[in-house]
Formats: sequence, C-alpha cells, structure tokens
Amino acid sequence: MNVLSRFYYQYRRVIKAVQLYLIIAGPGLIVMIADNDAGGITTYAATGAAYGYALIWFLVLLGPVAYFVQEMTVRLGAVTKHGHAEAIFEAFGPFWGWFSLIDLSLVNWLTLITEFIGMTAALTIFNIPPAITVLIVIGIMMFMILQGRYWTWEKLAMFFCLLNLVYIPAAFMVHPSVGSILQNGIIPNFPGGINGTLIFFLMANIGTTIAPWMIFFQQSAVVDKGMGKKDIPWGKMDTVFGAVFTVVVAIFIVIVTATVLHGMNIESAGQAAQVIMGTYPYVGTLLAIGLFDAGLLGAICISLASSWAFGEVFGWAHSLNNKIREAPWFYAYYFFALITAGLVVLIPGAPLVLITLFVQVIAVTLLPAALVFLILLLNNAEIMGEYKNTLLQNIVSTAIVIAIIVLSTAYAISVLFPGVFA
Amino acid sequence: MEKKVPTNGNDGEPGKAGGFFEKHFSLFREINKKYAEPQIKMTRAVRIALMGLRLYLIILVLVLGFKFYTLVRQ
Repeated sequence: MNVLSRFYYQYRRVIKAVQLYLIIAGPGLIVMIADNDAGGITTYAATGAAYGYALIWFLVLLGPVAYFVQEMTVRLGAVTKHGHAEAIFEAFGPFWGWFSLIDLSLVNWLTLITEFIGMTAALTIFNIPPAITVLIVIGIMMFMILQGRYWTWEKLAMFFCLLNLVYIPAAFMVHPSVGSILQNGIIPNFPGGINGTLIFFLMANIGTTIAPWMIFFQQSAVVDKGMGKKDIPWGKMDTVFGAVFTVVVAIFIVIVTATVLHGMNIESAGQAAQVIMGTYPYVGTLLAIGLFDAGLLGAICISLASSWAFGEVFGWAHSLNNKIREAPWFYAYYFFALITAGLVVLIPGAPLVLITLFVQVIAVTLLPAALVFLILLLNNAEIMGEYKNTLLQNIVSTAIVIAIIVLSTAYAISVLFPGVFA
Repeated sequence: MEKKVPTNGNDGEPGKAGGFFEKHFSLFREINKKYAEPQIKMTRAVRIALMGLRLYLIILVLVLGFKFYTLVRQ
C-alpha cells in the first residue's frame, strides 16, 4: 500500500510538472522549430544530397550552439521585461538602437520573402498557384493573431510546430540503412577532406542555426507571455526541448535526401520534393507539406519579431493580447511586412534568387551586433543581478558567438565571391 | 487681402503635410532623447566590443562596396 501511494504521489508530481510545462512551453519550442524555416530545409536537403549521412554529427553539435544563445534571451527577457530592440536602445543608446532596428526590419522583410518563395514552391507541387498560396498564408496568419490572445496564437503556432515532424515518417518510408547512418554519420569526419565546398556547407548549416530574428523574437515572446524570474528554469527547459526537436527534424531531412538523392546537386527544398515525388510520391508529398509548414512557421515568427521590436521602441501597444483597435500600429506593421513580402514573390521576373543570396549577406551585418549586445547585457550586474552570466557560461557563449560570427561572415563572403575559399 | 501662410501646425489645410512630418520627426527626437544616455556602464570591455563592432561593420561595408564595384565593371 505504501509503495502504491508513493507511486501515485510520484505519478501526480510528474503529471503536474508536465501540465505546468505545457503552460509555460512556447517561445523556446516555437523559435527553435521555426529555425528550420524554408531556407533551413533547403540547406539540410542540399547537405544530405551532397554528403549523404556524413555530416549528421555536425547537426548534432548545432543543437547546444542554438541553446546557449537562445537561453540568454530567456533570462534577459524575464529579468528586464524588455524586448531585445528596447534593451539595445536603453543600454547602448540611439545609434546602436536605430542601427539594430532598421537592419532587423530589412533582414526580416527579405527573409519573409524567402519564406514565401519556399511556401509557393511547396504548394506549386500540388498545382496551387502562387497567388492562392500567398492568400492562404495571409489568411492563416490573420486568423492566428486576430484572436486577441497570446495564448491562442502560441498554441496554434505549436500545432504548426508538430506538423514539422512529417520528416520523420518520410525518412522511414525511404528505408534508409541504419547501419550506414551509424557508421558514417555519428563519428565526426570530413568527407573528401577539408575543401571549399565542405566549408561552404558547414558555414551554411551554422548560418541557418542562429538568425538575428530568433534573438529578437524569443526575448519579445518571453516578455509578451509575461514570464518572470521564477519561470526562467521552465523557459530554459522549453529551449532545450526546442533545440532537441530542431536537430532531430534536421537529421531526418538529411536522412531522406541522403538516401534518395545522394550525389545530386540540390538547389532548393522544393526541387528536392519534386524530384523525390517521381520515385516516392508520398515522401515527396510529405516533404512539400513540411516545406510549406517550415515557411509558414518562419513567416509567423519573423513578422512578429519586427512588429514587437517597432512597438517596443515607438511605444505602441505591442502585445498579442491586444485587439486591433488597441494596438493598430503593431498590427498595421505586421500586415504591411507580410503583404508586401507576399506581393514581391508574385511580381513576374522578380530577382528571387538574388534576394535569397542577399539575405545571407545582410544578416551578417546584424547578427554579430545582436550577439555581442546579448553577451554584454548578460554580463551587466546592474541589469541582470543574480541572473548574469557565470564564468563558464561566458566562456561557452563567447566561444560560440565568435565561431558564429567568423563562420557566418565567411559564408556571406563566399556568397558574394563564390569560390573564394576554394 | 491677407495671404495665408502655411504653418507646421495641424490647424490649417496647407500646413497638414508639414504637421505630419513635424509630428513624426518629433517622435524620433523624443526616442533619441529618451535613450540619449546609454545605461550600460562603459567599461573597457564594453568600449572594446563596441569599437570592434564598428570596425567589423566598416570592413563589411567596404567588402560590399568592392562587390558592387566589380559588378559595375563587368
């Protein structure tokens, strides 16, 4: 009886912890899964096609990298109750504030276009014209935010996060060799030796791991959700789960393309889905659904990151808990960015490839600044109090930030000057 | 007859555009004023980090300018 009651007590504790987590869960999970956006899916698909299973170990390493950066935004948001844009204005003054805000809005708008490119490519496979796709996306995103509740928006976003799991059954359906995955993918190796192409792929994978909008989005989401200091451990846990989730999904995408398309030159996830459709129609369909979902999740987070940032700085009401009439500028900016980005994709002959490449370059003008500000803020005892970075956290996060800055800059340069590292 | 002079205020029709810009520029001025004093303590590490960022951005702009130059020359 005693054993039974103890078991029941433990069971109730676990259930309560899970319930509490589900209430707190959100920003970390969403930002990490949205990190696998349309551009990310293309990078993973191309990596699998080019190197087979050989770079899976590298994707595993990227999980902790993303966690260490994003975890800092949880602490900063929960302690200061300010988004990242406002925190930069307050701490570093108007010059760095305006620089970050303007750069963020430009990068985010261009990235939004790339999300629309991915979504329209995905639904073209099902013969849905791009104009209809744009309308569907705007309709979904309008429905999500017009509820006037952060909680509803968050749970709808989490539904789309779950849809990201379609890559797992897709990987099983192509019957990959588990032995080959374990043999070639788990132990760190550099297939074909270290050369320009390999470095380009490694840099591209790092480039998709941390994007400027992720830092701004998670910190603002933590504030909008109303998380406080006591919620920090849960926020961290949420971010850990998100990091694990995003790595798992990335690995399964690589497994699909490594099994079916190894040796092919894949330039976009849409192209990968279309080619796979020829031999595995169901897998191709799942990939196309996954690509649409990835673009949608990216668009959901990116457009909000910009609106939150502008709302914080300009002093507009800027919460998803506000109705449109309570926060007209916040929603106006949100829809302006969304609709204009969607329209660009519909312009005949628009330089979409150039835009996709340009995003990588513009992103590196903001990413180092956002990361450096993050570390400086997290080291300020007056702002962070007992939640400031410890020595170990500083060593790890500084090393990660330096690596990200160097590699993402090198990636941008290789986009500008192809073959420079050959 | 008295000639109407456009004003920057919102009271007259001709001054509406001026009023709009005045209102919005004053908003920017307010934001600049509000955040004029950086709250972070300007320690040596902070100064070095900010200087490094400035240099990084200057180099990046030069690289972008060089790319633009090579594109134009082609």
